[in-house]
Amino acid sequence: MKTQEKIEYKATSNACKLCSPLGASFVFRGIERSIPLLHGSQGCSTYIRRYLISHFNEPVDIACSNFTEETAVFGGGANLKLAVENIIKQYNPKLIGIATTCLSETIGEDVPMILKGYNKKNFDENFPEIVSVSTPSFSGTHIDGFHSAVRAVVDSIAVKKKISAKQINIFPGMLSPADLRHLKEIVSDFSTDYVMLPDYSDTFAGPLWTEYQEIPEGGTKLKKIASMGDAVASIEFGRILAEEESAGKMLESRFNVPCHSLGLPIGINETDAFLKALETITGKPVPEKYIQERGRLIDSYADGHKYVFEARAVVYGEEDLVTGLASFLSEIGIIPIICASGGESGLLRQKILDIIPDAEKIGIKIIEGADFVEINEEAKKIDPDFFIGNSKGYRIAREMKKPLIRVGFPIHDRLGGARIVHVGYRGAQQLFDIISNTIIATRQDTSPVGYTYM
Amino acid sequence: MEALSRKRIDEEKVSLDSDEFMDPETLKLEILSKYPPKVARKKAKQIIVNRKETEEKYPEIQANVRTVPGIISQRGCCYAGCKGVVMGPTRDIINLTHGPIGCGFYSWLTRRNQTDPSTTPDGHNFMNYCFSTDMEEREIIFGGEKKLRAAIQEAYDIFKPKMISVFATCPVGLIGDDVHAVTREMEEKLGITIFGFSCEGYKGVSQSAGHHVANNGLFQHVIGLDNTVKEGDYKVNLLGEYNIGGDAFEIERVLNKCGIKLISTFSGNSSVDFFANSHTADLNLIMCHRSINYVAEMMEKKYGIPWFKINFLSAGGMSRSLRKIAEYYGEQKLIDRVEEVIAEEMPAVKKAQAEVRPRLEGKLAMMFVGGSRAHHYQEMFREMGMIPFCAGYEFAHRDDYEGRQVLPNLKVDADSRNIQELEIEKDPERYNPRISAEEFEALERNNIKLRDYEGMMTDMPSGTIVIDDISQYETESLLKTYKPAVFCAGIKEKYTVQKHGIPMKQLHSYDNGGPYAAYRGAINFYHEIDRMVNSKVWDHIKAPWEKSPELAARYTYQS
Ligand code: SF4
Ligand code: SF4
Repeated sequence: MKTQEKIEYKATSNACKLCSPLGASFVFRGIERSIPLLHGSQGCSTYIRRYLISHFNEPVDIACSNFTEETAVFGGGANLKLAVENIIKQYNPKLIGIATTCLSETIGEDVPMILKGYNKKNFDENFPEIVSVSTPSFSGTHIDGFHSAVRAVVDSIAVKKKISAKQINIFPGMLSPADLRHLKEIVSDFSTDYVMLPDYSDTFAGPLWTEYQEIPEGGTKLKKIASMGDAVASIEFGRILAEEESAGKMLESRFNVPCHSLGLPIGINETDAFLKALETITGKPVPEKYIQERGRLIDSYADGHKYVFEARAVVYGEEDLVTGLASFLSEIGIIPIICASGGESGLLRQKILDIIPDAEKIGIKIIEGADFVEINEEAKKIDPDFFIGNSKGYRIAREMKKPLIRVGFPIHDRLGGARIVHVGYRGAQQLFDIISNTIIATRQDTSPVGYTYM
Repeated sequence: MEALSRKRIDEEKVSLDSDEFMDPETLKLEILSKYPPKVARKKAKQIIVNRKETEEKYPEIQANVRTVPGIISQRGCCYAGCKGVVMGPTRDIINLTHGPIGCGFYSWLTRRNQTDPSTTPDGHNFMNYCFSTDMEEREIIFGGEKKLRAAIQEAYDIFKPKMISVFATCPVGLIGDDVHAVTREMEEKLGITIFGFSCEGYKGVSQSAGHHVANNGLFQHVIGLDNTVKEGDYKVNLLGEYNIGGDAFEIERVLNKCGIKLISTFSGNSSVDFFANSHTADLNLIMCHRSINYVAEMMEKKYGIPWFKINFLSAGGMSRSLRKIAEYYGEQKLIDRVEEVIAEEMPAVKKAQAEVRPRLEGKLAMMFVGGSRAHHYQEMFREMGMIPFCAGYEFAHRDDYEGRQVLPNLKVDADSRNIQELEIEKDPERYNPRISAEEFEALERNNIKLRDYEGMMTDMPSGTIVIDDISQYETESLLKTYKPAVFCAGIKEKYTVQKHGIPMKQLHSYDNGGPYAAYRGAINFYHEIDRMVNSKVWDHIKAPWEKSPELAARYTYQS
């Protein structure tokens, strides 16, 4: 699916993507009493833990099968089993989520084969559920690892019991814990039952402990995941994901659970579509609370649009996040002048054009498979007003003396990455205020007058 | 307090045997009981209650052995040690990761090494960059050498660097790409120094293997490239100082003040130009013994440069180290100057110590980091009146714990064997022993121990706990049992510790703080620990209704 016009053999300098098992670890951390286990050498799991920890400011345990040189040559079966056994002894988890690394993929390890017949019989105590997912980083980025893990979990746990549960499946994608909390609130306000997978709103953003927790509380309940086949519908976010194999589509083809593929609900348009879908599925009207929230948001757009109108933003991150942000920015009159992602689904251009049909006419530059050196080169040509994306854009924003508005993942040079709300009217309101105020502050600081009234 | 002497520590047994205090041996058994028998047997040798057994002997600890799969450890991989730790802090070499994107991405600017490019004429600084071949499926299948060649060419075309090094990650070793052949070929083609590291992550048992690989690479390809002899007296290299949070800048300030000429630091605030010339120094000073002792040994064999261990962390350590250097040279001019500098620096240090001590005296500290900091910081805590009660390394070897005298008895296991030991011979032209055998002996008699490191355990009182490669679960047990006033480790442990309401200081990245080395650094550190331990935040942990449950009960009753 690669775009072919890319120059053969180009090195990547300052990548705008992370690797697949990181995405899978996100998912496994969002399931009740679950431990991610990376099959490979310890460097990968240590690096990935480090990244998750510095973003979330929370403890994150990820185990690994600790390959050594012999393991790399002769295979990692014994190590994997030993790791599983030790995890059970120490953590007594309900689920062990195994993701491969480039190393185990290169030597062609087949995890399900290794663990075949390795089950309850080997242990007296409760044997956990084991889900494995293949996540080679040499073909895909962290977001692919994320979605593959969601699919693997659904594939091996969800069933249909034929007692139709009045519940909705929500596949939120890689959002912040605060986003997940907000989504749950919205769905609950429609007085409907739901299963959200994954749900790391507590496991990645928990309170202080009064007593020691081996595995932080929270996460999607396994029982709930099992019931996903009985749901009345699934809602899955991500316009790119909509074109790919996904958990929602699997439930649709396997158990006839209709799947509503929507864009990430960032900004008014995409949130409207989300609430509309909930209305359709539940047959209940949008609660008054959201009508009010939407009204206040539009009111603030009216008050603030003149400050943001025709400002130009460099947007980067995962393809679906970029698409969502582009949709939001363009509805408030900001031109997402560069839309860049390290992802290479080959779909980003089309998805941006779906949202902003005249994107190319107004000079929007869409870069797929981008790295920060490329983004920097393009940004220098157009002198944007601000950057919006994760912490990794800081260097170029600084070099160009432009503000960087931090959203998405990873945010490791500011507090509160886990607390950013991107979705819903509430998220749009927060983003709108931050963006408007950033633009105002920049003009204020650089204005010879230094005005202080609106 | 001017440095606790070694002797005093031996005499000073940590006695914390009040009733609430669990005996360390009991805790050890408690921890082990949770592990499967095989793991427990192995772990029993890595959890040691320190006890001076005979005049010279401390208990044996098992270190530098594989982490058990499924036990969540602090350790990283060989690649991380090679690229991230040793090579990463050098500003003007292009470090190109040959592998899939993650390995390079995760090691991009995650250590807080600082550098000052203004001291090298070309001003090159590539530290903000992360170069990767970003291997994809076709390279895994058909081989990645072509892409590697193209990446080297591209890096050269764009940046015109003086030097490029290439790091092999796990998949590279398996598909059989030869980074050495490719780099040799590109070196010839481009006419600059280009070399590769076989630092695949699965080699060795931790970062430590990567340090060794990096040491070998530097020694073979960089050290000795430039024979220019620089002006200046008392020419030294500083080995194993990585300028986290500006430590090296503060050390440089003090050395300059003493008139000691720093030729090269490996590798904080460094340039490959300095490395190339480092064999012209008279003396190698070792900070982090674990990560860099190989270079010191090889330089001694090939060029005749002696080395000894110093510790510039803590005011006492700094003064003692400066005096050791002065005594080594034995020139009155230097001895006097060093005393003057110490006299100038110490009043501010003393003042800061006096300020924080009343608030910190007698409190417990624990530190589990790296291959030297867990030792180096102990004196710092003692200077504040605190008790370094538990300590351990993430990737050290037995000699870092027990002292180098154990070296001849160390077994070379399969994991160490796959790291090359270079055969070093005297350089036919440039070998020049800086001191004679007689001078060497005289120094030894004078208690200036060359080629030696006494290790951490010999510096810790009896009754303290030492744990090698501590696991997440063991960390929890220590916190729960002893509730230290401060726990030091890295980012991976930070939030677990803070979940318990215990302040946590990062000794890898310094939590955006620093410098902590030398005199001004020590003052910074005292204040930092004082702020953390005595912060108001911890007062809010219990809500009022939790603090006085009767109150809540009364309200319930009334309603
Ligand atoms: S080897 Fe693969 S999985 Fe491991 S860190 Fe590198 S890219 Fe990620
Ligand atoms: S793949 Fe190997 S080299 Fe890369 S991070 Fe993982 S263990 Fe280290």
